[in-house]
Amino acid sequence: MRAGDEVAFVELAGKYQGAMLSVARGYVPSGAVAEEVVQDAWVGVLRGIGRFERRSSFRTWLFRILVNRAISAGARERRSIPMDDMGPVVDASRFDAGGNWHVPPEPWADQVDDKVVAAKIAARILAAIGELPLQQREVVTLRDVQGLSSEEVCAVLDISNGNQRVLLHRGRSKLREVIGSEFGSMR
Amino acid sequence: MTRLRLRPRHGLVCRQAVELVTDYLEGALSQTQRRRFEAHLIRCPDCPEYLAQIRAVITLAGSITPDDLTPRMRGEFTTLYYRWRADEARDPQ
Repeated sequence: MRAGDEVAFVELAGKYQGAMLSVARGYVPSGAVAEEVVQDAWVGVLRGIGRFERRSSFRTWLFRILVNRAISAGARERRSIPMDDMGPVVDASRFDAGGNWHVPPEPWADQVDDKVVAAKIAARILAAIGELPLQQREVVTLRDVQGLSSEEVCAVLDISNGNQRVLLHRGRSKLREVIGSEFGSMR
Repeated sequence: MTRLRLRPRHGLVCRQAVELVTDYLEGALSQTQRRRFEAHLIRCPDCPEYLAQIRAVITLAGSITPDDLTPRMRGEFTTLYYRWRADEARDPQ
């Protein structure tokens, strides 16, 4: 990209667009503003790429630029972790009085090894990620879809590792439920 | 996440184990907690499947390829790129 050609740039933009929109949406009031923030961040990336020194990974650098732009565009400061979604990740009715499974999970994990099944489910998981509460969506998108490390995610979103794990835990647990019911309906 | 009080002598129950799955996968459990969690997995007929499902979720999420850009966005990014090139040519850093 340093040598520069627009095909490489557009490809790069495409690779990160979904995740960037999802993150930007956490700071600004509308999807339209989020799109502007993402574009603005890319302008910053193009201007700064010559000075990018690989002290951090490109992804961390990219998402930091995004978050900084989003905050200044953004009307609101980063909210604290909302406490309204802090119940157990598996419904209490699934357990007996002693806390052991009363209705255990229907097995499906090994079916994911089947490529055809996995492809079918992957489409559903993308939609399910879109339905997660914002901060869970950010963390799951950066960690599990984009493959950032926990340290990178904490640096990008400026959250503690503990909070990162809480959000990841809740997000992944919800996705498990969605996928489970998807397999249930395939049976 | 609900803070779970770990009962040293009785080991974990499933309701507690499912809340520890992420910390386990993230390597964030203390050695004692991890041992207790793993002991539960050996004992429990169902929690291994739960853990496998969370792992499958991670694999599935990692297999998503980002959507291709819409033609409109492709156009916008191409414009963005050429505008930057023009700026650079005018005002090299």
